[in-house]
Amino acid sequence: MALLEPITGLLRFTTAGSVDDGKSTLIGRLLHDSKSLYEDQIEAVRRVSRDGLELAYLTDGLRAEREQGITIDVAYRYFATPKRRFIIADTPGHEQYTRNMATGASTATLAVILIDARKGVLPQTRRHAAISHLLGIRRLVIAVNKMDLVAFRQETFEQIRAAFLEFSSRLGACELAFIPISALDGDNVVDRSGRIPWYTGPSLLEYLESVPDESAPAHQPLRLPVQFVIRDAANSRAYAGPIAAGEVRPGDEVLVLPSRKIVRVQSLPSREGAQERAFRPMAAAVALADEVDVGRGDMLADPVQPPVAARRFRARVVWMSERPLELQTVYLIKHTTQTVCAEAVEMVSRLDIETLEEGACKHLRLNEIGTVEFETHRPIFCDPYAVNRTTGCCILIDPATNLTLGAAMIESAEEGGGTRRGLPASAGRGMTVWLTGLSSAGKSTLGQALYDRLWAMGHKVEMLDGDTIRRNLCKGLGFSKEDRDENIRRIGFVAELLTRNGVVVLVSAISPYRSVREEVRRQIGSFVEVYVNSPLAVCERRDVKGLYRRARSGQLPGFTGVDDPYEPPENPEVECRTDLETLQESTERVLRYLESRLV
Amino acid sequence: MENGLSYLRLLEAESIHILREVAAEFSRPVMLYSIGKDSSVMLRLALKAFYPAKPPFPLLHVDTSFKFGEMIEFRDRTCAELGLKLIVHRNEPALEAEANPFRLGTQRCCAALKTRALLDALAEGGFDAAFGGARREEEKSRAKERVYSFRDSRGRWDPKNQRPELWNLYNSRIDKGESMRVFPLSNWTEVDVWRYIQLENIPVVPLYFAREREVLERDGQLIPMEHNPPLRPGEAPITAMCRMRSLGCTYCSGAVRSNATSVAEIIGELELARRSERENRVIDHDQEGSMELKKREGYF
Repeated sequence: MALLEPITGLLRFTTAGSVDDGKSTLIGRLLHDSKSLYEDQIEAVRRVSRDGLELAYLTDGLRAEREQGITIDVAYRYFATPKRRFIIADTPGHEQYTRNMATGASTATLAVILIDARKGVLPQTRRHAAISHLLGIRRLVIAVNKMDLVAFRQETFEQIRAAFLEFSSRLGACELAFIPISALDGDNVVDRSGRIPWYTGPSLLEYLESVPDESAPAHQPLRLPVQFVIRDAANSRAYAGPIAAGEVRPGDEVLVLPSRKIVRVQSLPSREGAQERAFRPMAAAVALADEVDVGRGDMLADPVQPPVAARRFRARVVWMSERPLELQTVYLIKHTTQTVCAEAVEMVSRLDIETLEEGACKHLRLNEIGTVEFETHRPIFCDPYAVNRTTGCCILIDPATNLTLGAAMIESAEEGGGTRRGLPASAGRGMTVWLTGLSSAGKSTLGQALYDRLWAMGHKVEMLDGDTIRRNLCKGLGFSKEDRDENIRRIGFVAELLTRNGVVVLVSAISPYRSVREEVRRQIGSFVEVYVNSPLAVCERRDVKGLYRRARSGQLPGFTGVDDPYEPPENPEVECRTDLETLQESTERVLRYLESRLV
Repeated sequence: MENGLSYLRLLEAESIHILREVAAEFSRPVMLYSIGKDSSVMLRLALKAFYPAKPPFPLLHVDTSFKFGEMIEFRDRTCAELGLKLIVHRNEPALEAEANPFRLGTQRCCAALKTRALLDALAEGGFDAAFGGARREEEKSRAKERVYSFRDSRGRWDPKNQRPELWNLYNSRIDKGESMRVFPLSNWTEVDVWRYIQLENIPVVPLYFAREREVLERDGQLIPMEHNPPLRPGEAPITAMCRMRSLGCTYCSGAVRSNATSVAEIIGELELARRSERENRVIDHDQEGSMELKKREGYF
């Protein structure tokens, strides 16, 4: 195995076929004949094979698979030839596991679809081709397998080709290759077969080695979703994230979303020294010349060709859950590096995978594919999936069970958008929900969860986070008793203005002193105190921002809980023990109380 | 390099993306550091991902007490040089009860000193995400592993109940008590690891390099003598030119005959290798489907 030869490219492809089409055998054959298997692996398979060397055993890794003789889960295989590296996403063809097909196709640029020469084009074949195309694969290899069982008849092969072309002409642009093979015997898998003289094209492996390398990126405008803010010892910041499109160099101007500030890139720091440029698909870190507020979920983008900042978008959805996709249900959408609340606001159509026709629908069930309009509570910075897979895709998550429910590919999005902006406070009157507790007790996390839920319920809602406030409204204030009280009074002032205007204001601030909290309560009136209670030891162990560590080493004098007191509320409206209950339980507890006050 | 990344840099970028994603979305991640070549690569990737800051998580070594002395020395030196926080966890009650592979057999020994110890260490530290250096190419049940592998509140893996994983969008949502095992090296192969070690000049434990070592030749395996495995009648240690291809506990990591004394020579040897890297890991083969069963119980 010539793994040391120069690598000219990487091809990620997926394989699909119906049950018994011989897909596991084909992959076993590819690995075996390209000499990518070790002797002990072959011996292990020989031991469990009933008849000679059953290649499928090489890939059916789970006990249930071997027992049932089927492939259950998507598996990844790696092999190399002197010409190229390959990653195979081996996906099961069984209908109930269609979600795995989409999973495998999501990272692939080519799909090998197996057809049993005796059975021809099946509904499953059409489904596999359609899903591959939907996930952005524009190159399909139709491997007509078990040719030995139809006496290598050209007529059979041509009939299958014609039937597939009739279907695929409706798919849209796509490169197609048809190869007659026998995976069991190895005909046209790695080496060309002498038993199929009428076929003069390449073997499957020859074809895979020769398709153009499409991983080399075409020039596209910069997209860098911020993943993580790196702070060094001197507290200077670098914004780390994957380059989803384009490239960036020191001196470039970039647009920060959502703030829409234009900033110059100062440098691209790395462990190996400052970089001259970073490009897709590198994992970059960018230091900016000006101090701006940038965090996870923000995006650095080309100022001339920015992505769409959308709160409403239309997407193709592959649904993967027993629980159907329905309107008026809150989902979480993970898109690049942000997770936002979203609701399906319109079911546009459902795709009939057999006929490729669109029909009306009210919901999407397991394994169904449809077009859906979503509204999100915060803008996402996106491009159409056809233009950029990374900024055009998202997954849907169930906020209650945490399960991944579906995958969505954005077709179109409108700048701004979303009918929810400026909703009248129809649901009730304003109030201030004041989350107090130690650092790392979970105030901001709970605040964000409440924000998402209240927004989804149609309330006007605003979040005042202590950390954010100290970077702007209260910039320059320190941590003396006087400054802390002043900090709280300013937050209280803003909260009161918003509350008066019908907004539900979520304040998350340590606010350690009882007297000033009471002062703010009297001033605002419509005030709910939530004690986010977690023992000091637990908070210190969490130490989300590393502050306790700095406080203990004497770098942060006057730190609440360490050498400055925290005065717990005496009669909070709600108390959440975040060390004992889940975020969901805490959220529900607060919501139950608020509902009684909001109506 | 002008228009694209080399294959190794592509793998590097993918892995760094995963490391950062976990650091951003979990409250208490930890990196399992097993001292081997994969851990060494994973650690280097973590140093890159958060540069100029240190990785925002500690390292955890589950020490069975049957590791090679050279491994422990390498571990302590590496962590000291890099100024990293290291947690060492041992299943002390089991060790006091004299758990060892000779008395318990390899399966029960592994269950007590590795799996149990790991689960205890994760619970004790309150860790909600743990990085591991496992690769899908290593073993066939690992080929079906996700990058984010969900574990229930008892640390168990249910291969039939994993979340679909599309693109590079990882679902990090878990409830209290549940956790995620995360594998940043999922798409790396053994030879990728060595090529990267060569490219980046990453230090590795000298056990990977061939020299003459005292070993016991038994059932086709070369078993290191470091923890004095009891000899069967008629057996005697021999001296053989060999190296470790995969590092674990001394008794369960068979050596392979080799003359490779440098990374380049190891890569050259792998190019010609006809045997897989885990062949000499005794614990993988105690029964068919052995790795899957261990993973279901909470093994990495």
